[in-house]
Amino acid sequence: MARIDLDHIRHSYLPNPTSPSDYALKEVNLTFEDGGAYALLGSSGCGKTTLLNIISGLLTPSEGDLLFDGKPVTELSTEARNIAQVFQFPVVYDTMSVYDNLAFPLRNRGVPAAEVDQKVSEILRIIDLESKAKRKAQGLTADEKQKISLGRGLVRSDTNAILFDEPLTVIDPHMKWVLRSQLKHLHKQFGFTMVYVTHDQTEALTFADKVVVMYGGEVVQIGTPDELFRKPQHTFVGYFIGSPGMNILPCEVDGTMARVGGHSVPLPCGLDPKKVAQKTEVGIRPEFVKLGGAGEGLPLKVNAVEDIGRYRILRGEMEGVALNAIVGEGMSIPESPTALFDPTQTNLYADSWLVSEGA
Amino acid sequence: MEKTVNNKAWFMVLPVLLLVAFTAVIPLMTVVNYAFQDSFGNNQFFWVGIEWFQELLSSERFHDALVRNLIFSFSILAIEIPLGIGIALCMPKKGWGVPVCLVLMALPLLVPWNVVGTIWQVFGRADIGLLGYFLNSLGINYNYTQDPVAAWATVIVMDVWHWTSLVVLLCYAGLVSIPEAYYQAARIDGASRWAVFRYIQLPKMHSVLLIAVLLRFMDSFMIYTEPFVVTGGGPGNSTTFLSIDLVKMAIGQFDLGPAAAMSLVYFLIILLFSWVFYTAMNNIGTEKKHYAGEE
Repeated sequence: MARIDLDHIRHSYLPNPTSPSDYALKEVNLTFEDGGAYALLGSSGCGKTTLLNIISGLLTPSEGDLLFDGKPVTELSTEARNIAQVFQFPVVYDTMSVYDNLAFPLRNRGVPAAEVDQKVSEILRIIDLESKAKRKAQGLTADEKQKISLGRGLVRSDTNAILFDEPLTVIDPHMKWVLRSQLKHLHKQFGFTMVYVTHDQTEALTFADKVVVMYGGEVVQIGTPDELFRKPQHTFVGYFIGSPGMNILPCEVDGTMARVGGHSVPLPCGLDPKKVAQKTEVGIRPEFVKLGGAGEGLPLKVNAVEDIGRYRILRGEMEGVALNAIVGEGMSIPESPTALFDPTQTNLYADSWLVSEGA
Repeated sequence: MEKTVNNKAWFMVLPVLLLVAFTAVIPLMTVVNYAFQDSFGNNQFFWVGIEWFQELLSSERFHDALVRNLIFSFSILAIEIPLGIGIALCMPKKGWGVPVCLVLMALPLLVPWNVVGTIWQVFGRADIGLLGYFLNSLGINYNYTQDPVAAWATVIVMDVWHWTSLVVLLCYAGLVSIPEAYYQAARIDGASRWAVFRYIQLPKMHSVLLIAVLLRFMDSFMIYTEPFVVTGGGPGNSTTFLSIDLVKMAIGQFDLGPAAAMSLVYFLIILLFSWVFYTAMNNIGTEKKHYAGEE
């Protein structure tokens, strides 16, 4: 187990990258603390898998250094880095039995037979495949195959880190939940450094202590699930995390007031007059939008109301910009509703980045 | 679900039944017919029962040709299959080298059989052939028209030259279908190059190898044109394979009865061996049938 540092890592799949858009990974400085459970969250094509493959050594970064416990490993081969990685689609060795599949990474490293047996039996129990240990891996279901892949990742106790690349994509929803809890449990038990790539926010938020949100080849925010929810550093984080995502409304800033359309919204902070921003926006979570009667707030045109069970989602618009609100149980929706923003939960964004308080 | 019975369907399949009857069933029945009769020309036929079969199966000439053919087929399988796998493993997976390699590999397959024979017939000649002249000038006494060993070597090398490409192309198709994640997982697991071959590449090539072995066995067991052009079955009878012998018997000696009996036995041998290969290779390393797999 080790602390992993990414120091000015950049990567391009092109031979001679020139502009920043040629880079799949724009410049990443990141530290994964020893024993931490991290989730890399982002939409498809944002560089998550590239970053993971750089850590495991399947890719050599175009620029920058990778350090394990302070020692540079950028030039080391995958085998020498001692990393475990689980891929999106199950990879099993068809002709081997389930047992041999799990024993394979250990045997390749010359682990004594008794120890192999002990580790493999333990993993078989965890992934619940004890009854199929002797069976050939070929012909198992996709679920079972992916459990074998997971098991191969977990079987070595001396790995520097375990990397998961959307490992539960092919697993059915119920099993997903079970396996995720087991991973979480294993993490608590053995303290592996785990990095979990996903585009599913629920998966990221339930698995990880810290979530790294990536967007367009850059890390836009690292934080606890709560930080990502309350103080998204970038409008992408606001939009990506939460269901529905944060409301982002274009505005003009006047002191500590934002003017949205013809209406004023109080802000927790103002904009530094020295900074020039191309575009300013206010962001507020649908959870913090309150509904008022006519004349109380921003006029809202209701397009649809979705009943989710415990609450309702009001899908509306304000002068052509989408604005959602969550309406709690037992709350009524007024005849011609207006939106009231909770000033403490309203964020100001300049050029998509959060303007921190007191600026 | 109730099965629909509609006798009109027979009219739909009638053309194909007629076609198969004229191209396969009737000729085959003619051969069967000949195999049990003796003819003296003038369309006179006499029933002889299984006499031709008894004669054939106890004839030394047939045994020798059969043994020669088996040695030939197993030799070229033993060379072409490993060589084909080896070349396929060395071929590039991407870039400009892929089309170049594929075209080079496909070239021998595009040459007509008798032209292949002619090429090697000339190539191997000691007086004007590049290969023959070169070997003889090195002091190796190479003459495929006189020396049975040289004749055998020529015929085998010729077949390897002609048909290894087929094995290569089949194996290559199997190899490129392996997802990159398998190789990545193997690196993560610390697998050796041999282990990657043994546990990833070979299992994934299994089905194409089965086809390769079957095709190469059937084709080599039926080989006629190339050795006929190069050696004509000689020197002596040293490269007289079953098909060459059959043609000698049927057209050279005009022994229609014995030739027909031999055709049937020949056909049954190929069928039997192909079935054995198919069954054996399908059982190697697969327990597919026991489990309801998704693949």
